[in-house]
Amino acid sequence: MADKILTAENLEIKFKLRGKTLNAIRGVSLDLYKGEILAIVGESGSGKSVFTKSFMGLLDRNGSVAGGRIMYYGRDDHEPLDLTAIKKEKEWYRIRGHEIAMIMQDPMTSLNPLKTIGKQIMEAVLLHQDVSRVEAKKKTLKYLEDVGIQDPGRRFSQYPHEFSGGMRQRVVIAIAIACAPQILICDEPTTALDVTIQAQILDLLKTLRHKYRLSIILITHDLGVVANIADRVAVMYAGDIIESGTSEDIFYDPRHPYTQALLSSLPQIGVKGTDLFSIPGTPPNLFTEIKGDAFAPRNPKALKIDFLKAPPYFEISSTHRAKTWLLDPRAPKVDPPEVVEKIRNGGLV
Amino acid sequence: MFKYLCKRIGRSLLTLVIILIIVFSLLRLMPIEGYFPNYEKMTPQQIQVGLREMGLTDPLPKQIVRFFGDLLQGDMGTSRIYRANVPVSEILADKVPISIKLGVLSMLVSLCLGIPLGALMARYKFRFFDKIGTLFIICIEAVPAAIYFLYIQLYGTQLLDVGLLFDAGNPKCWILPVFSMSLYNISFYGMWLRRYMVDESNKDYVKLARAKGVSESGVMFKHIFRNAFVPLAQYIPTAFLNTVIGSIYIESLYSIPGMGGLLVTVVKKHDNTMVQGIVLLYACVGVLGLLLGDLLMVLFDPRISLGKKEGDR
Repeated sequence: MADKILTAENLEIKFKLRGKTLNAIRGVSLDLYKGEILAIVGESGSGKSVFTKSFMGLLDRNGSVAGGRIMYYGRDDHEPLDLTAIKKEKEWYRIRGHEIAMIMQDPMTSLNPLKTIGKQIMEAVLLHQDVSRVEAKKKTLKYLEDVGIQDPGRRFSQYPHEFSGGMRQRVVIAIAIACAPQILICDEPTTALDVTIQAQILDLLKTLRHKYRLSIILITHDLGVVANIADRVAVMYAGDIIESGTSEDIFYDPRHPYTQALLSSLPQIGVKGTDLFSIPGTPPNLFTEIKGDAFAPRNPKALKIDFLKAPPYFEISSTHRAKTWLLDPRAPKVDPPEVVEKIRNGGLV
Repeated sequence: MFKYLCKRIGRSLLTLVIILIIVFSLLRLMPIEGYFPNYEKMTPQQIQVGLREMGLTDPLPKQIVRFFGDLLQGDMGTSRIYRANVPVSEILADKVPISIKLGVLSMLVSLCLGIPLGALMARYKFRFFDKIGTLFIICIEAVPAAIYFLYIQLYGTQLLDVGLLFDAGNPKCWILPVFSMSLYNISFYGMWLRRYMVDESNKDYVKLARAKGVSESGVMFKHIFRNAFVPLAQYIPTAFLNTVIGSIYIESLYSIPGMGGLLVTVVKKHDNTMVQGIVLLYACVGVLGLLLGDLLMVLFDPRISLGKKEGDR
């Protein structure tokens, strides 16, 4: 396996809201390897965005890292750096963009409407690459070409409103790679786009990853996107990563009941009259202390211990691990849901 | 763009003409005393002769046509009572420049202070500077202007060692009236700019700018400021022109011989030609303000294109 570029160790993030404390991230550990595409999947509010925002010091003012470390190994001098130790805003300026760049969900609002897109990309080049203005413009034109925008010379001096949604997302990606980062965080980059454009953007990300040797973290709740592009997958639930593994591990051999339930929720060609699968209940309240397995109350097959004690990680293989008592040798055997069989047989995703 | 501008100016002119026709017609309904300084002592014959000399016995449409004809030649008529037999344009020519000077100075001061005030309040939101600024704005908005104008005059003149009354030749005399006139606009620009900037700072493009490593001040001034300034820009010409029209209170407080209060005076004195002249001026100012406001918006915001181009999305 390649070198690690970033690791989160036991990371805890808390938010203060109206006198109460929200435990958004509850002791998450995760490794990101050089050059891979890691997908973080989970439903809304599971903490996917907050988790990655903490890598860039972009948490909202009322949020803070309450414990754990985020080690970054990608600096030019190869010195490991603990990102949670950064206190001053100024020090973040050297991380944001320069080491870790981000692409946001909605390309329609991610660009400054009053600046030409050329200027917006050039701003990133000038901030993070030591080049003259003339050179920066040349580079900007090249980035525009790289992200698949035709006639970059003319497009350079156009404003965001003269671009379509898909084109704007390409520009946003151009801005991100113009920072020349090591890690690219894509926060639901295709959610706001229609399906044909989605595929193009995903292809573009795949191409750019090789060309610019990027490590990509892809946040999404679309399992189709994950299957299309990700090397590894981390499944997040209620502020914790409950299962992680390669795409094959997760799709063909899901172990955590939540992962299994997620896969079962994939719409599939079924029998007329049967309902689509849905997970009963709602995610737990993160304002209160969670006892045991956070998913237990929604899991009809939960064991007694699930309600009492939080499960540790069980290693299934060198790449695959999950937090569920089902993997304990003493646990009863539970068959995977039929959807897994379908996926294995080449149906679905 | 050019085509739009021509259309727009044409429409503005049309508006002016309509306003003038309405005001002109309404004024004809006023008692005829207004045309003679010594009406009580005149015989009916003298009055008839006088009216005929002024062309007031002609049918209304004819009078209106003549009025516009004169106007095109720069003749705004003659004052009858306010300053008997002095051309209106001459009276206004004395008063307008001083009001414009006051207006320009006050606009410069209010922009130079109001915009940094708003920008800094947004930059240090909820911090000390923001609180001080809010206090200032609340005071200006809530306390009746007359009160602080009086205090400024009272203590300001002592402080600067100038007389209570205005002397155009003494530069120090300009400070207090200009400052008083600017106070409200300073708080206006400050309040709205802060609000627009705070609004903008929650937008996605600002988050992206931060994520690409732009410094906090860079984000504020390169990205947020201009976006927040767009909605404010359209008010600036109108605010400026309103100051030119004159602040009745400040001008009378310092006895500044400007435009302030002139309209009220001449309406009270039934000086119809003066009323016409001043209404013309005010209408021009209003229409021009709106036009300039729109043009300023176009200048700042590339999304607003005035002339509709073919194939534009």
